[in-house]
Amino acid sequence: MTTDTETFASGRPSPSPGPVARHAPGLTGAFYDGWVVTLRNLRRMTRIPEMVVFATIQPIMFVLLFAFVFGGAIPVSGGGTHAYREYLLPGIFVQTLAFTTGTTAVGLADDLHKGLVDRFRSLPMARSAVLLGRTVADWIQNLFVLAIMALCGLAVGWRIHNGFWKALAAFLLVMLFSYAMSWIGAVIGLSVSTPETANTAGFIWLFPVTFVSNAFVPTSSLPGWLQPVAEWNPISSTVLALRELFGNPTGYAPGQVPDVLPMQYPGWVSLGWSALILAFFVPLAVRKYRSVSA
Amino acid sequence: MAAIEAEGLVKTYGSGEKTVRALDGVDLEVPAGTVLGLLGPNGAGKTTAVRVLTTLLTPDSGRARVLGLDVLREPQRVRERIGLSGQYAAVDENLTGRENLVMVGRLYHLGKKEAQRRAADLLEQFALADAADRPTKTYSGGMRRRLDLAAALVVRPPVMFLDEPTTGLDPRTRIAMWDVIADLVAGGATLLLTTQYLEEADRLADSIAVVDHGKVIARGTADELKTQVGGERLQLVVHDRDRLDEAARILARLALAEPTVDRRTRELLAPIEGGAKLLVETVRELDNAGIAVDDLALRRPTLDDVFLTLTGKAAEPAANEEADR
Repeated sequence: MTTDTETFASGRPSPSPGPVARHAPGLTGAFYDGWVVTLRNLRRMTRIPEMVVFATIQPIMFVLLFAFVFGGAIPVSGGGTHAYREYLLPGIFVQTLAFTTGTTAVGLADDLHKGLVDRFRSLPMARSAVLLGRTVADWIQNLFVLAIMALCGLAVGWRIHNGFWKALAAFLLVMLFSYAMSWIGAVIGLSVSTPETANTAGFIWLFPVTFVSNAFVPTSSLPGWLQPVAEWNPISSTVLALRELFGNPTGYAPGQVPDVLPMQYPGWVSLGWSALILAFFVPLAVRKYRSVSA
Repeated sequence: MAAIEAEGLVKTYGSGEKTVRALDGVDLEVPAGTVLGLLGPNGAGKTTAVRVLTTLLTPDSGRARVLGLDVLREPQRVRERIGLSGQYAAVDENLTGRENLVMVGRLYHLGKKEAQRRAADLLEQFALADAADRPTKTYSGGMRRRLDLAAALVVRPPVMFLDEPTTGLDPRTRIAMWDVIADLVAGGATLLLTTQYLEEADRLADSIAVVDHGKVIARGTADELKTQVGGERLQLVVHDRDRLDEAARILARLALAEPTVDRRTRELLAPIEGGAKLLVETVRELDNAGIAVDDLALRRPTLDDVFLTLTGKAAEPAANEEADR
């Protein structure tokens, strides 16, 4: 105990009349409340040094490890001296940003566990604000993570070949995908009882999901039965779309792209996956939030 | 009009054999401007009742209204009029005290300026001004509790729910917290307070509802509950241990039942009828027998006696042990 008790028992000014709660107008109110919670989440991210370090170091580490450890062992057709590194970077982008699922899950589970969600739910704020605030804050953090990865990639030989607009499209596509993945995390975070469980439930399944894809190796190198799984994996279409938009090697010889929808139209399929994930998990998360209890 | 009303609240968890009836038909009524103490052991259903009344939990059946507003039909209007401070001190430990209060103010849709002004006032009022710009994870348990209570007061809501506001606090901090709560009540707020401590209910509440196994098993003012359990007791301490049995025989003649005898403390305790008149009579009889008495008192049952009689369990010991956790 610190000495905080003596001071306030006496000589305290008598309670002053406080202000009165106001109605927030409809949709504007929902965005306003969501923004207040977003600012709170961003602010606390900067207060937890481990989080900042983890968010910065992890993507750098992944880029360097894969570029220098696997880079020599995995042959990739097309591209120059840094063919594998150019091939790899879009894979790293997508994998790292998919891991936001776990971040969102842990963040929400933590708020739930500490009773903060109860506090929020007892306030006359928009019901969507806590979820919106969490996912938007994680999205903004991901912008920062993506920027670091891109800079790190440029340093090891990754290049953008198709100009600014296609590169912008690629970045937007992967950021949309990460936002969708965040809502899966929201559902996980609201479904588990402790932040520790959220950590496991939010991350573990992402390893097979991100590795059984074209993120690190061409799908053609996988066993035959696994290839369709990898090709239909949302990660794969997103990664392939990024490679095409950046002008990086795709891992397929010209004209040898598998004749399946997600590999033929990766950009549109990735957009479709993101839309589908959002359409399913946003209402689910909102429903869970309404009835959740710590 | 009652500020808080609940009728037949039922909430069950689990199913089959393991069904727990957290609330088993709870009725409550708290007139405006008064304090109801919801008294009961751990797991009695106190927190569940608060969660229903503060719109956090939907009951299986029953109705509840706060200031005439149905908590199920108009939850958002209810939320604008209530303040909740829970037993877990729900403040964001990575934000400073000030940031926490400003955030709550903005979520009540006060303007940015007004939220900041209100936060500063509350920090001053709760003696947190010096620590205002420190992350709350550096706060002591008592400071967090105060900040949590301050967060519930940002808009000075007319109805307040305090769920075990002093559980886990050391005795000194607890007493200071009681002063803060007493001030709130003096300001005219309606308050529903849950507690495991009889002393707390006795001190803060206008009326008390005793809850056990999801049911209200007794209600009334502290005085009414004490009367319900039985009348007065006469307590006396005999000076000379050798005369204890002799004194017990005299007391047995006058009292309603055989007195209990505690040889170590030389104390006799017996239920009586007739109050002060009987007290005088007892003194005379003992004096006639030449038995010296160290202490003599007419004692009404405490809420502890009430609790023990009603639930068959001793109440949680107040203060000391909890604080050591």
